[in-house]
Amino acid sequence: MTLWWAIAVVCAGCYALKLAGLAAPRRVLDHPTVRRFAELVPVALLAALIAVQMFTEDGALRFDPARAAGLGAAVVALLLRAPFLVVLAAAAAVTALVRIVLG
Amino acid sequence: MEETTHRSAAVRDGLGVGLAVGLSGLAFGAAAITAGLSVPQACVLSLLAFTGASQFALTGAVGAGGDLAAAALGALLLGGRNTLYGLRLADLLRVRGPRRLLAAQGVIDETTAVTLAQPTPEAARTGFVTTFASLYVTWNLTTLAGAYGTSSLGDPGVLGLDVVGPVAFLAILWPRLKAGGELPALAAGAAVIALCATPFFPPGVPVLLSAVAVLVVMAR
Repeated sequence: MTLWWAIAVVCAGCYALKLAGLAAPRRVLDHPTVRRFAELVPVALLAALIAVQMFTEDGALRFDPARAAGLGAAVVALLLRAPFLVVLAAAAAVTALVRIVLG
Repeated sequence: MEETTHRSAAVRDGLGVGLAVGLSGLAFGAAAITAGLSVPQACVLSLLAFTGASQFALTGAVGAGGDLAAAALGALLLGGRNTLYGLRLADLLRVRGPRRLLAAQGVIDETTAVTLAQPTPEAARTGFVTTFASLYVTWNLTTLAGAYGTSSLGDPGVLGLDVVGPVAFLAILWPRLKAGGELPALAAGAAVIALCATPFFPPGVPVLLSAVAVLVVMAR
């Protein structure tokens, strides 16, 4: 699968998923298992994505102090209720600074 | 008279959310280029996929050198929540035919939040259209700017841009973690599963395996 194919599949699939909801019969939503699954799945996937992107590299666990410091800065910014872009900027700035300091 | 007030409040909500969140297209553009996508690839994703978490998921997995099929599947699993938003919004929007095909592209986290927050169905429709339009335009323009800016930059790691993707996920996840209950434990469990699985599976698969944590929570 080339990258362009993956992009095409994601674009078509994401649109189809949105349309399916608008066009589906009402009673599907009333099923509590469906609701609960839909609420829980994004939480698990997002947490797993954060962990993998922060602490692994080339299929192995790896601790990058600069990235970890950036994540820490993001948590502090979130606790201070900073806007989305400020959170991202703080994390990137701290990561870059730690890289400079550690060489 | 009162309806006019509701609708202008909906326009205000929609523009506020659309413009503010739309700016984070900068982060997506930067993350996409850092992961190895081209500027056109980043822009096509924002134009056609138009759902931030899935876009970040695909580019993140590509950047990690992951299997593309697993990367696409992860992005689609995240896009599955838009289906549930669509179910919620169908009654309020009441769109049919070509207008439904157009409205479908706008069914995402932010439009749903604004639409469901409005007091009347008319205000809800106004909120949906305003949020969708302002967010779509801003998100796509800033994706282009972020992607183009980063691609002319050289090594994005120097500016710490490699941390932008995961931190964006954290910011999206944050309100749900703060809500407490079983969600923080679920998130921690999913993270541990993905990390433990990483040495043994091709990239992209550990993230999908983390969905096992959902089944455990639901079985309780």
